Amino acid sequence: MSKVKVATIWFSGCSGCHMSFLDLDERLVELAQKVDIVYSPVVDIKEFPDGVDVTLVEGAVGNSEHWELLREIRKRTKLLVAFGDCAVTGNVPSMRNPLPREEVLRSVYGDGEIPGLEEGEVPKLLPQALPLSMVVPVDGFIHGCPPPADRIWRFLQRLLAGESPLLVGEDLRFG
Amino acid sequence: MRKLKIPVTRIEGHGLITLMLDEEGRVAQARFHVTEARGFERFCQGRTVWEMPAITARVCGICPVSHLLCSAKAGDAILAVRVPRAADKLRRLMNLGQFVQSHALSFFHLSSPDLLLGWDSHPAKRNVFGLVEENPGVALDGIRLRAYGQQVIEELGGRKIHPAWAVPGGVRAPLQEAARDRLAAGLPEAMRIIQDTISLYEGHLDDWAEEISSFGDFPSLFMSLVAPDGTWEHYGGHIRFVDSDRNVVADGLDPARYPDYIGEQVEGWSYLKFPYHRETGYPEGLYRVGPLARLNCCDRMGTPLADEALRRFRALADGTAVTPSFHSHYARLIEILAALERIKGYLSDPDLLSERVRAEAGINELEGVGVHEAPRGTLFHHYRVDEDGVITWVNLIVSTGHNNLAMNRTVQQIARHYLSGREITEGLLNRLEGGIRAYDPCLSCSVHAVGHLPLRVELYDAAGRLISERARA
Repeated sequence: MSKVKVATIWFSGCSGCHMSFLDLDERLVELAQKVDIVYSPVVDIKEFPDGVDVTLVEGAVGNSEHWELLREIRKRTKLLVAFGDCAVTGNVPSMRNPLPREEVLRSVYGDGEIPGLEEGEVPKLLPQALPLSMVVPVDGFIHGCPPPADRIWRFLQRLLAGESPLLVGEDLRFG
Repeated sequence: MRKLKIPVTRIEGHGLITLMLDEEGRVAQARFHVTEARGFERFCQGRTVWEMPAITARVCGICPVSHLLCSAKAGDAILAVRVPRAADKLRRLMNLGQFVQSHALSFFHLSSPDLLLGWDSHPAKRNVFGLVEENPGVALDGIRLRAYGQQVIEELGGRKIHPAWAVPGGVRAPLQEAARDRLAAGLPEAMRIIQDTISLYEGHLDDWAEEISSFGDFPSLFMSLVAPDGTWEHYGGHIRFVDSDRNVVADGLDPARYPDYIGEQVEGWSYLKFPYHRETGYPEGLYRVGPLARLNCCDRMGTPLADEALRRFRALADGTAVTPSFHSHYARLIEILAALERIKGYLSDPDLLSERVRAEAGINELEGVGVHEAPRGTLFHHYRVDEDGVITWVNLIVSTGHNNLAMNRTVQQIARHYLSGREITEGLLNRLEGGIRAYDPCLSCSVHAVGHLPLRVELYDAAGRLISERARA
């Protein structure tokens, strides 16, 4: 049987969900026997591949690049998972949402020509940081800021056993 | 002009190197961009000083403890309290745990694939999972060592990432006796791993000679905190600058007065300011922070095994400053050893179990600065509040920002050395990324607002015409 193709990616977030993924510790070795990590910040494949079985997306959709990439990932992934509270609800990155985008940027860069307002060398900041489900259909959710490693493991175990990976009960806690 | 985009992987956060190539395929310019924006400084306005440790921890999931503690220290200043002795030691213990986990992540999970599998090894295997296949002993050691650091954080704060534990005035809870005993039980294995790994690194020095001499080897200033007696420091003390000869350029500086000695230059081609040592001027006042800087600045590590390792480290430069940024990896390993020795010391300290861990007070100052050493370098949190403790202004200076000029110069040096007049291969491009990885940049941290760290390189020798075919998409 061929290995399950798993991708992970981070958008607007703190990388904490990926760190919690690495907190699987020795279970990473076991995981590596069952899945191929075909795209991730911790590996060197630079382009998101086709035919991915599962993609874990950390972070909110904060800029135009995230928006485009998420739509592309949706097309290339069978099961798209919102990985952690920023991806599920918007969480901390969405704290800027009540503020005008330009005010957030100008509070740092002042009155001159500034990045992020328009499409340029850095992607344009979206007016609001959005949860994934406001941009594309999402198949699974892993709650937590970050999700504890045990919760990630339970999700992956169910998934690899061919069961519905949807978490229940205590695992639906935010924060 | 053609543009080549190289997304930088195996670093923390979103980074991109772009190379501009002229008609002959020569590199006209190279820039390192950060493409992520969140706006912490603005949206924290209106929150209370009490909430800041938990909110700013979310700046970064790799070093949440740095922001947690630095924010709590800024809060201590606003409360105008001295935290209880036990709380001071407990905070230090957690910070040492964070040094172990963050440095282990940087070395084993992110950089060791380059060092141990090879710069030119296949990109599909050049990662921690590839390391598990090729060299399971080292990979498992790395996993176990990082896990120990995470355990220190969890035993104190109740969770490994984003513990809501440190608060203005102290910490929420002391260490439990059973937790202390569990930490003591795990220490011998962690000590064994780090000593083996330092030997591994020292055994490879000849193999990496070319990279060592080209990954950011230049004279510069170094800045870090040191203890009042000059010993290595990670949490308190004062700011010291040394030069490449390890002459002390400035010492005993009050961290809260950082604007007196750190200037920030704005460049027309950069969105991010370039910090420099004010008295030396710009750009000669380039300084580096982080593990390499801390080892160059301090007089001693203050623990026996780490001091022995420091002697070997210093011997690389005959006692002057060790200048190749490549050796940040070496410095990182020695700091893990120092952290573990200090953890051992704390675990036998009866203060750690004290219930007196928090000073209660109201708002007694309207401005406060917190500073300490994050794994990547000196971190500042600077807040202003109103009479109710509601935040009116925030400035965060993170370690990756301090290293802006140095990373710039490092990528220049690597591009000149490796890309000039040669066929540009995937392995060579990986070295550009490796130069960045040596700084272990925390781009989530550096873009608490909006970030853009351009790095300019000008090359004059022709590069191979296979560039676009060999480049990563």
